[in-house]
Amino acid sequence: MSMSGSSVELPITTDATPEEKVSARKLKRQIRAQEAKTRLSSPWASGLAILLAVLWTVPTLGLFITSFRPPNDIQDSGWWTILANPSFTTQNYQDAWAGAGGTGLSQFFLNSFVIVFPGVIIPISLALLAAYAFAWIDFKGRDILFVAVFALQIVPIQVTLIPLQTIFVNFGLQSSFWPVWISHTIFGLPLAIFLLHNFMKEIPASIVEAARVDGAGHVKIFFVVLLPLLIPAIAAFGIFQFLWVWNDLLVALVFAPNPNLRPITAAIADLAGTRGNQWQLLSAGAFIAIVVPLIVFLSLQRYFVRGLLAGGVKG
Amino acid sequence: MDWLLQPTSVAEKIGSMILAIVLFVAIMGLILWLIDRPKVPLLVIVMGFLGPVTIALAVGLFYPAIKTVFTSFQVTEVAIGANGKPVINPQTGQRMTEQAFSFDNYTKIFTDPAMQKVLLNTVYWVVLVPVVATLFGLIYAVLVDRTRFEKAAKALVFLPMAISMVGASIIWKFVYEYRPTGANQIGLANQILVWLGLDPYQFLITEPWNTFFLIVVMIWIQAGFAMTVLSAAIKAVPDDIVEAAQIDGATGFRLFVSVTVPTIRPAIVVVITTVAMTSLKAFDVVRTMTGGNFGTSVVANEFYTQTFVQGQQGVGIGAALAVVLFIIIIPVIVYNVRQMRLSEDVR
Repeated sequence: MSMSGSSVELPITTDATPEEKVSARKLKRQIRAQEAKTRLSSPWASGLAILLAVLWTVPTLGLFITSFRPPNDIQDSGWWTILANPSFTTQNYQDAWAGAGGTGLSQFFLNSFVIVFPGVIIPISLALLAAYAFAWIDFKGRDILFVAVFALQIVPIQVTLIPLQTIFVNFGLQSSFWPVWISHTIFGLPLAIFLLHNFMKEIPASIVEAARVDGAGHVKIFFVVLLPLLIPAIAAFGIFQFLWVWNDLLVALVFAPNPNLRPITAAIADLAGTRGNQWQLLSAGAFIAIVVPLIVFLSLQRYFVRGLLAGGVKG
Repeated sequence: MDWLLQPTSVAEKIGSMILAIVLFVAIMGLILWLIDRPKVPLLVIVMGFLGPVTIALAVGLFYPAIKTVFTSFQVTEVAIGANGKPVINPQTGQRMTEQAFSFDNYTKIFTDPAMQKVLLNTVYWVVLVPVVATLFGLIYAVLVDRTRFEKAAKALVFLPMAISMVGASIIWKFVYEYRPTGANQIGLANQILVWLGLDPYQFLITEPWNTFFLIVVMIWIQAGFAMTVLSAAIKAVPDDIVEAAQIDGATGFRLFVSVTVPTIRPAIVVVITTVAMTSLKAFDVVRTMTGGNFGTSVVANEFYTQTFVQGQQGVGIGAALAVVLFIIIIPVIVYNVRQMRLSEDVR
């Protein structure tokens, strides 16, 4: 677990103290000043921090423990009695995964995977191209178009759903994954373009100019010069879009209403409505749905935090 | 070729996914290959880079938004003929209906008591979630700053951001689970009440407080975001400001309130507005935990119910609710952008 807490790599801190020619004495002073900013000088502080951390963790922990308990135990006693009465099983996961009578979550898990890859790759590719044009091609009307794309960020998804659905039905796409892929692409684009444009602008103009002098066209410059430099930015937004698509409920409910297309999040939400008391199923199911974003998040946390701090949050 | 438009087996689904990606790459590759040759006019190059995006956004966002605004002003009425009587459809014998311009959808949203309750709940969400989450994020960021366990402590609070709101809702539904008095409680919240000698409580059903127990879940989710951004902002406060304040005799809490907080104000504004918009637009928590029943619905959830559950007569109301969401968001964004501009100017 590496949380990107160090201030060096965060974009917000670019205007902080220059690192060169810092004498030992000055360094000490800096550290003292840093501490003074936040130190509330109280032995209670650590206690309070631990209390809050526990408060934030216990709900998840409780459901996690529950997911490994036999159904009868779950219904009869709280998970906090587990130490007095330890009994564990993985049966809940097997039941939730395989299910009975086509209710298993494995098919929905597959649907999530089928949805998420095009739902991430397509918008990022399109946004990269658009961001390049906005950043490095000089054409008439560029600024107006860019402002228009930026402004489209404020359109809430809800406003677009019914007309989009009509379009998809007219094209006969409603039983396929195309509506979900296309809508995730559309909804992801404005933010993606904005973020990637910001990253692209940070690349020194001299690099692009040098390539241009060598006779490289825009397509070559994009692929050979800029793309390799943008890998961290692509990773940052990629994780964003991945979590957004995987965790999405609204788009899935509207554009993949058919159980054959339903992703895991929508399936779990459905379970909560229809089998709200079967906690052995719900707890295991919830963790089956959570495990993928959790792995992605924990392994790529630095990029995720960087993406957040670059000013982009989607909701 | 049926499977292309209706994939059912595992192989068909994976096949259609790979096909979609390959198709996309092929088309984009072709476009880029075509424009990557000498003497292609600049306009064509720009269209190659921007064309697909412009079409996608125009057809997928701009047009639907305009269309929905129109729909929100439409109601279905019985068609009246030239003779002043309803027109009868000769084939079905039913009265014909027509779309008419009307403010009725909006009138209903703002006058119907159930809808007013929805609006009030939305106000609670949009005010309480950002304020409490930001306050918590700020306090927590300060408490763990430069401690030995900073990384782990932050990851714990940040984790709810990574899981879906549906997952979070299930986690908390279990915390709130209710068993009658005397029975063994399995939900932690009620067990705590029992330990304190109180009666168990129907957290999700008892009005009016159930809305606030749903809000707790959203705060739990959003606090990690607030903490991360504010923590980075605190670390970026310039030392000379702090030193100057120290020379003036400010220490501890005083220094924090009168120096650190004003300095990171732009970050606080960004966090509050961002969380407010997320809370406004999200319906996952309400839908998963109560389905909007027991007086807990919010605009985003009511939009979904009206549009996709109520059938035809709900579409106009749903469209109007979506437009209300839209209108609430605009000033928040404008304020946010202005703040960002201001803080850039200061730099």
